[in-house]
Amino acid sequence: MNTNAQVAQYASFAEISPAALRRHGAWDAVLRNATRSAALTVLIVLGGVIVALVNGSLPALRHYGLGFLTSTAWNPVTEKFGALPAVYGTVVTSLIAMLIGIPVSLGVAIFITELCPVWLKRPIGTAIELLAGIPSIIYGIWGLFVLAPFLQRDVQPLLISAFAPVPLLSHLFAGPPYGIGVLTAGIILSIMVLPYITSVTRDVFETVPAVLKESAYGLGCTTWEVVRNVVLPYTRVGVIGGIMLGLGRALGETMAVTFVIGNAHKIASSILAPGTTISATIANEFSEAEGDLYTSSLILLGLILFVITFIVLAAARYLLLRLETQAKA
Amino acid sequence: MDKLIYRRRHAVNGVIMVLAWAAAISGLVILALILGTLVYEGFSGISLKVFTQMTPAPGSDGGLLNAIVGSLLLTGLGTAIGTPIGILAGTYMAEFGRNTKLTQVVRFINDILLSAPSILIGLFVYDVMVLPMHHFSAWAGGVALALLVLPVVVRTTENMLLLVPDSLREAASAIGSPRWIVIMRVAYRAARTGMITGVLLAVARITGETAPLLFTAFNEQFMSTNMNGPMANLPMVIFQFANSPYADWQKLAWTAALLITMAVLALNIGARTLSASRSRES
Repeated sequence: MNTNAQVAQYASFAEISPAALRRHGAWDAVLRNATRSAALTVLIVLGGVIVALVNGSLPALRHYGLGFLTSTAWNPVTEKFGALPAVYGTVVTSLIAMLIGIPVSLGVAIFITELCPVWLKRPIGTAIELLAGIPSIIYGIWGLFVLAPFLQRDVQPLLISAFAPVPLLSHLFAGPPYGIGVLTAGIILSIMVLPYITSVTRDVFETVPAVLKESAYGLGCTTWEVVRNVVLPYTRVGVIGGIMLGLGRALGETMAVTFVIGNAHKIASSILAPGTTISATIANEFSEAEGDLYTSSLILLGLILFVITFIVLAAARYLLLRLETQAKA
Repeated sequence: MDKLIYRRRHAVNGVIMVLAWAAAISGLVILALILGTLVYEGFSGISLKVFTQMTPAPGSDGGLLNAIVGSLLLTGLGTAIGTPIGILAGTYMAEFGRNTKLTQVVRFINDILLSAPSILIGLFVYDVMVLPMHHFSAWAGGVALALLVLPVVVRTTENMLLLVPDSLREAASAIGSPRWIVIMRVAYRAARTGMITGVLLAVARITGETAPLLFTAFNEQFMSTNMNGPMANLPMVIFQFANSPYADWQKLAWTAALLITMAVLALNIGARTLSASRSRES
C-alpha cells in the first residue's frame, strides 16, 4: 500500500488531487474484487451442481447401494429402480451417433480443407454452424414427425429383411419396425454432433503447415494419402479432442432423444426397439415423480450422467489444451 | 505391376474423395430438409391468431401469445442475470488475473459448464430454488437459463479482451489512467463488437433450450407475467403439443418450432455479420 506521502507525491506529478487518486484506487479495488467474485461464481456453480446432485441422490444411494448400477428394474409402484437400461441406452445411442457421425464429420472437414473451391468455403462453413445452432427440440420434433416415419416405412423393413439371414446381426436388427427407438435416436444424435466434430476437425486441419502438405503432394501423393499420412498424424490429438467433445454432447443430449427414443425401461437386443437414456428418463419422469425414493433415483441417474460426461469433456479439453500449448511452443 | 499400384492408389483416392463430397452434400441436404419441413409445416399455421390468442384446449382455436411472452420474459431474465456476471468473470480472467492459477481453473471449469448437459442445470436449479419455494416459477427458469448464458459470455469476453493489444492498455496507463478507466474506456471499447457477438450467441443458445425449463419454469396454459409462478414458454409448448394426439396441437407445435428456429437463426446470422464487420475493420 502507498503511504499518504507517496500518494501526495504521485498526485503532484499528475497534477491531480490526492483525493482523486485515492478515489481511483478505490474504484480499481472495487472492479478487481467484483470481477474476481464473478470468476469465483463460475466455480461455485459447478460446485453447486455437484453438491445438489450428490445431496439429492443420497436417499437412493443408501437404499440401493451399488446394486443400482446393475439393476434393470424400473417400477415406480414397487419403488424398485435400477440404472442399467438408461445407462445402456445412453451408451448405445452415443455409440451409434459416433459410428455415423465421425466418418461423415471427417469427410466434411476433408472436403472443406482439401476439395472445396474457395468461394464455397464460407457458405458451407456457415451451413454447418447453423446446423449447430438449431435447438435440440427442433431436431426432436423433426425426428418424431419426419425421420421416424421415414425409417419405419422405408429403411427398417429393409434392414430387418437384409440382416435376417446373418447370424448375430439378425438379433441387432430384429423385431417390428417401430420407427422410434434406439437407432432413430442414434441417427438424430449423429446429425447433432456432426457440426461440433466438423468445426473442431476443420480448425485443426487448417493448422497443418502448407509446406508439409505440399512436400507430400510433390512426392506424388494423392489427396487421400496426404490426408492419411500427413494431415491426420499431425492433427491426431485435436481430432480426438473434437470427437470427445461431440461424444460429450451426445451423452447428455436430452430433448431430441426424448422425442424419438420411446421411453421403455428395458434392454432389447435389437437396436430397432424402443429404449431410454438417462437424460430422457429424467426429462420424462422427473416432474411427475412421486415419493422421495423415485425422485432421488432420478437425481442419482443425473449424477451418473454428470460423472460420465465430466470425464469425457475433461479428457476432450485436456487434449485440445495440449494441442494449443504445443502450437504455441 | 507399377501401373496396377498407380491405378489402385488413384481408385482408393477417388472413392474417398467421392465419399467426402457425399458427406458435405448430405450435411447441406439435412439442413435444407430440416428448414424445409419447418417452413412447410409451420408457415401455414402462422396467422394473426398466433400472436393474439392463448394456447388452446384441445379441439378449440388458439394461438401462442402466452408462450411467446413467456419465452421473451424468461430469455430476457436469463440474459439479464447471466451477462453481467459473465462479463465481469471474463474481465477478471483477461485483465486482473491473467495467468493466475484461479484463471486457469475457472477456464477449465467454464469449458466443462459450456458443454455440460443442460438438464443437469435444471436439476440443480430445481434443488436450490423450486424445492425451497415449493412451486415451479419463472424466476427459477430464468436462473437456469442464466447459468447457460454464463459460460458462453465468460469465454467470448475473455477471448475478445485478450485480442486487445497490450500497447493500447500501456498507452492509456502512460497518460495516467487508473486501471478501471483503462478497462472500461479502452479495453471494453476495443472489444465491444466481439463481446456483443458473444451475448447474441448466448441468447441464441437459450432461446430454444427446453431441458432446463422442464422442472423450473414448467408450463402454464394461460397468460401469466407473474414471475413467481409457472410460466408458458415456446419450447415447453412444442414438447407438450408435439407429443399430443391432437392434430391442431401438433400444428401449433410446428408453428412454434418455426418461430424459435427463425429467432435462433436470426441471432446467429446477426452475430456472424457483426464479427465479420469487426474483422474487416481490423
